[in-house]
Amino acid sequence: MSKPSEDHRPPLLAMRFLHWFLRNDLEEEVSGDLLEQFRQKLLITTLFRAKLDYWYQVLNYLRPFAIRSFALSFFMGMFKQNLKISLRHLRRNGSLTWINLGGLALGMMATLLIALWVYDELTYDRYFANYDRIAMTMQNQQFGDHIRTWNSQAMQLAPALRDQYGRFFEEVVTTNYSQPHQIAWEEKKLIRTGNFAEPGVVKLLALELMSGSASALEDPSSVLISASTARAIFGGEEPQGQSLTIDNRMQVRVAGVYRDFPKNCSFADWTFIAPFELLSTTEHYRERLEWGNSWFQVLVLLNPAVTLDQASAAIRDVKKNSINEEYATRTQPKIFLHPMSKWRLYGQFKEGINTGGRIQYLRTFALIGLFILLLACINFMNLSTAQAETRSREVGIRKTIGSRRDQLIGQFFSESALTVLLSFILAMLLTRLFLPLFNQVTEKQVEIPWSSPLFWIISVGFMAITTLLAGGYPAFYLSSFRPIRVLHSLKRPKAVFSLRRILVTLQFGVSIAMIIGTVVIFRQINYAKDRPIGYTQDNIITIPIKSPEIMRHFEAVKRDLMQTGDVQAVAASDVKMTSTYTTNSGFTWDGKDPAFSEEFHTLRATYGFGALVDWQIVEGRDFSEEYGTDSLAFILNETAVKYMDLKQPIGARVQWGTGEDARQFHVIGVVKDMITTSPFEEVHPMLYVLHYGRFIHYLNVRINPESSAQTALTAIEKVITSYDPDNLYEYQFFDQEYAKKFNDEEKLAKIAFYFALISLFISSIGLLGITTLVLEQRRKEIGMRKILGASQKNLWLLLSSEFLWLVLIACVLAIPLAYYYMDSWLAHFAYRIRLAWWIFVLAALAVVGITLFTVSFQIIRAAWQQPVQSLQDS
Amino acid sequence: MSDQRLGEFEEIILLLVGILAEEAYAFRIGDEYATQTGKISSIGAIHATLSRLEQKGYLKSLQSDPTPVRGGRRKRIYRITALGQRVLDESRQLRQSLWNQFPGFQDLSFSYE
Repeated sequence: MSKPSEDHRPPLLAMRFLHWFLRNDLEEEVSGDLLEQFRQKLLITTLFRAKLDYWYQVLNYLRPFAIRSFALSFFMGMFKQNLKISLRHLRRNGSLTWINLGGLALGMMATLLIALWVYDELTYDRYFANYDRIAMTMQNQQFGDHIRTWNSQAMQLAPALRDQYGRFFEEVVTTNYSQPHQIAWEEKKLIRTGNFAEPGVVKLLALELMSGSASALEDPSSVLISASTARAIFGGEEPQGQSLTIDNRMQVRVAGVYRDFPKNCSFADWTFIAPFELLSTTEHYRERLEWGNSWFQVLVLLNPAVTLDQASAAIRDVKKNSINEEYATRTQPKIFLHPMSKWRLYGQFKEGINTGGRIQYLRTFALIGLFILLLACINFMNLSTAQAETRSREVGIRKTIGSRRDQLIGQFFSESALTVLLSFILAMLLTRLFLPLFNQVTEKQVEIPWSSPLFWIISVGFMAITTLLAGGYPAFYLSSFRPIRVLHSLKRPKAVFSLRRILVTLQFGVSIAMIIGTVVIFRQINYAKDRPIGYTQDNIITIPIKSPEIMRHFEAVKRDLMQTGDVQAVAASDVKMTSTYTTNSGFTWDGKDPAFSEEFHTLRATYGFGALVDWQIVEGRDFSEEYGTDSLAFILNETAVKYMDLKQPIGARVQWGTGEDARQFHVIGVVKDMITTSPFEEVHPMLYVLHYGRFIHYLNVRINPESSAQTALTAIEKVITSYDPDNLYEYQFFDQEYAKKFNDEEKLAKIAFYFALISLFISSIGLLGITTLVLEQRRKEIGMRKILGASQKNLWLLLSSEFLWLVLIACVLAIPLAYYYMDSWLAHFAYRIRLAWWIFVLAALAVVGITLFTVSFQIIRAAWQQPVQSLQDS
Repeated sequence: MSDQRLGEFEEIILLLVGILAEEAYAFRIGDEYATQTGKISSIGAIHATLSRLEQKGYLKSLQSDPTPVRGGRRKRIYRITALGQRVLDESRQLRQSLWNQFPGFQDLSFSYE
């Protein structure tokens, strides 16, 4: 036990701590009490214990009544004061504040939108539990000098994989492509997009069944429907066990209901799944389809013990080994697996090699988003700092009056925190406002993840960092000024801002590149839109034929339609004129190189089709009923003539098929090239042939331009439903179908346009910040120059040239990059514009104009100022 | 009866203030509390209660002259006000009347624990 001594003192740190938080008026009595306590403890225990007890006592004074109002003032009182000053300050600086705030908000919004988009793309298909193990079979085939890749397969593939390579896969599933089908229940009919698949699909997709069993699809007369389909058909009634009719041909019973797939997955449009067996039996696929008919998709679920590469390598020759040698050597089919994780973003193949796909857009936009955010932050800092520097006097005065440094730091920080917070709120509001538009443009359904903690952590973290960066410089630097120096202004502190210049230059570079990109994309779209189509699309509708009755009574249907008076022409075809993606091979003609692996796009149609679309015959004649032989006649397009290298096309003999199936055709006419696939592609070699058989799927009707579209459509509906009362009547306009082909590019163009605008705006803000800074620092110089006789024009030239330099450097950097990037983008299109020099000049001029506009405001204001003012004060 | 009630801890502190008279300041009260009840309470807790009772008007306080023991610091001496006295009385009467009605009173030892 130690003797109580005056030497023993309570722990210093604890005393300081007490002193720091305790209310001033309590300090004397409390420290007295605690000292007495300490002394008393020393009498009965060790020094260490006494000290420990002192700490305990101090910490026990952390009670609301005892804590100095400092805690309150720091969080409330002082903050209130800071807030008030901050608000006043923000208000006083009016427009500049709003620009600064708006710039940051806009930057945050742009980045947030891009981030949401990227996130949505990256999580595409992640919904599926077997995400890592699902793959699609693809095939590479040799066509002449080129390798083509596609995801369609023969129906024989899945059984072959199961038999020969079963150990690699848990499931192998053949599916059709999802298409709209008519679903009828009692009197109710509606069109739902759905698919036919083998039973394994339930396990492969880990279907979330709300009712029914996983083996439901084993029964070929069953169907699984999604919850939304169930609602649409049955309303409140129990779906299980109900009978449905698909396309008027297939009777099925509802064997289960599954939870809807989310929108961002490849199976989003599978709103019902019927057994593949049912489709196959109904369509007699087994009797007529062979290895050459790649009509289906084959999905696999990998065995957990097997890697994708192993399985992919193993099955390479599965098709080659199953087909005859001639076919095998000619096409060199190679089967491989494409994992689900790559379906969405890496869907592009060139010469059999994956060349990326959407991921390129994603990367570009992610980069742009980050850059926009970075620059918005830096601009924000620049402007905050620029404004703060004009306040060095305020700092001086405050310090003279007695402000402590920490109070000033608090002041500057609360100002920047307030601005950042306001920007964030504004950004959220803007995002909310623009999200519907954004969703519409990108055809997505993204939402702000309000409930995601990660989102808030990132947001708060981002705000904290921006606050520290933007407030840091004024807070620590300005508050360190010696009042006498600032007020006397012997020497004004100089800011280092070459880094800012570099960044603003980069920002302008990005803006210029984006302007160029936008212009190029828009021009490319317009170029393709202006491309002569080669036939008429006006007033033509195409009606899917859903019942064999229509073709059975084709002449009667045609007559009835014509009799309405609203119809000018009627003809049937196997595919839509706007998308002739059916290809055929197996043709031979005189002078054909035997090694030439030919492929023609084909369109089968009835008499009068040419007249209906008003095609242009270049040579020969159209199909005509006057000649009995036209059922074995071809009409070629000009490209086909070149492709076949026919010197004398008219009358040329062409054999279709080999052996017993071979039939002899002759060419009767050549038509001008028409755009029947993509307006961005080359025109394909094309064969037109007469056909009235089972391949016919569409009725094409030209409406009399004199009649109103509405009455005509009603009249046509009446005729069609009189022959096919069981099916829903549908139609599409040719020109609308055609317009859809520009969707993807127009989407891209719109996104690029908006982000170019935002980027440009943010660059301008950055420039504004720099201008303000520079002019503030050169105020005296400007005053001097004026006194010495500089005119306002001189000053303007002098000062603006400094900023023009930045822009010119930006141009030099951006133009080659933009050229390179846009050139490679254009390379995707066979039918494309050339990158004209004026696009680059235009972008540069636009940016120069905006620069001058931004800068001149500030400069002219500075140049107008009376020299006496700028020289006298400070 | 006053509508203001005392907590047990508050009541003890009030009583201690009365007992200690001129010595009624936070440290001494805490010390006395420990001696009387055998329980330890931090000075901060005692102080908080004292200032709460003062706010309610049961106590008043004044600062003593500086004492050398405390390094020349003054202490705050608390006194019970008339209101405080009345509240204590009411509290005692309430207990008294309750105890009087309690049938097992004779068998129980009287203790405030």
